[in-house]
Amino acid sequence: MATGREVQLYLDLLSQPCRAVHILLTRTKIPHRVHSVALRKGEHRTSEFSKLNPMQKVPVLVDGGFILRESDAILKYLATTFDIPEHWYPWQPERRARVDEYTAWHHSNTRPHAAKVFMLEVLLPAQLGVPVDRRRLDRALSDLDVTLERLESMFLRRQPFLCGDDITVADLLAVCELMQPLGSGRDILKDRPQLRRWRSRVQSAVGESFDDAHAVLFAVRDRHRARVIKGQGQI
Amino acid sequence: MVVELYLDLFSQPCRSVFIFAKKNNIPFEFKKVSLMDGEHFGDEFGKISKIRKVPALRDGDFCLAESVAIMLYLAEKFQTPDRWFPADLRLRSRVNEYLSWQHSAIRMHGSKMLWMRLMIPKIMGIDVPKEKMDGALEDLNASLTLIEENFLQDRPFIVGDQMSLADLVAIVEIMQPLGAGLDVFEGRPKLSAWRDRVQASIGKDLFDEAHRGILGAQDSMKQLDPSKLELFKPKILRLFF
Repeated sequence: MATGREVQLYLDLLSQPCRAVHILLTRTKIPHRVHSVALRKGEHRTSEFSKLNPMQKVPVLVDGGFILRESDAILKYLATTFDIPEHWYPWQPERRARVDEYTAWHHSNTRPHAAKVFMLEVLLPAQLGVPVDRRRLDRALSDLDVTLERLESMFLRRQPFLCGDDITVADLLAVCELMQPLGSGRDILKDRPQLRRWRSRVQSAVGESFDDAHAVLFAVRDRHRARVIKGQGQI
Repeated sequence: MVVELYLDLFSQPCRSVFIFAKKNNIPFEFKKVSLMDGEHFGDEFGKISKIRKVPALRDGDFCLAESVAIMLYLAEKFQTPDRWFPADLRLRSRVNEYLSWQHSAIRMHGSKMLWMRLMIPKIMGIDVPKEKMDGALEDLNASLTLIEENFLQDRPFIVGDQMSLADLVAIVEIMQPLGAGLDVFEGRPKLSAWRDRVQASIGKDLFDEAHRGILGAQDSMKQLDPSKLELFKPKILRLFF
């Protein structure tokens, strides 16, 4: 690790993939500087940010002159270029393949289904001032349930972590997505002890990095709770 | 023991794995899994692919799903030429960036076209409402534009001067809507020129072999026994209605 090298991270900790990257950085003490991009204020849509990422998404990594988008690409880049414990993204082909398998599956499964619940319960009502669309929410919860079932039976099974005996970047991506519905006070792992135990193992493995990354989400949860209580008080 | 690849060339990610293995002369046993016949729901296949999707790989005791993971595994095991997944970390990361982005973009929108234009009318006996179709087309066009303007720009290929896994994964997805009679290359000279380069790099024969099935989809659908398609109804209802 060269001295003086500090990577720049453009992120919003409300965003799940941003948290995964943030946790890896802080846990493994990779020198970095955070640049906040407030999604709520539309800062990802400015022409300045679009130069960094025409897709207008966070996180974005800048290392020297090198700009990289997409959280799983960023996580794998960091694991490879910095001298961090090998278990995060193992070199052994079969173990690496297991991580690549999960990070691919994640995009069409864990990510959309967990994100949708948060969007329907928190984001849309907050942004549009409309009540929660219960029909769509029920469907989203049902889809998420299928995903959780698959996480348990296809990936976790009897292993401590999703891809084997050690924590990997796959666990970071997954746990941050599964935390998101907490923004409305909903613990989607409430009835799933196997996944709850896995979440605890992940929390232990990353230490205070976990709560540091999730502070913003917890604040959203508290504001949401207050809003709901206030709304109920007015009825 | 030879690597087994479980494939249905109707599926985009199966085509990329197929082309990659063939192009690199990787010895493998082609195990056909017919999605139309619901073979992916069978017990045997469930033992190989825990997620019950194609493509799947079996290498001795090691089973693997997800086309990207499979190709990376094969690239490493068979030491394929560097350009597919460069050792240079920055170039490699560019490939990873595309492979990551494409899941919820072109893959999703390209797939939808086949379902909306071909499968749903055939299976459900109704046309998708114009509004939904227009929305889906808009999404597809947005992805194609991003591919041209952000991922390709003025380069011959997505990363570097030669075709990589990024281009391979891209082309098989972009070809999918053609199976439903939608020519996505029309009015897109940059994309068409890239497609020509990719085709030349892969080799016309291999490219055509891989795409024969999907390009004949409209005809195969006409001949298909509608009762076979019952098993797709739950998925359609869940995804589209």
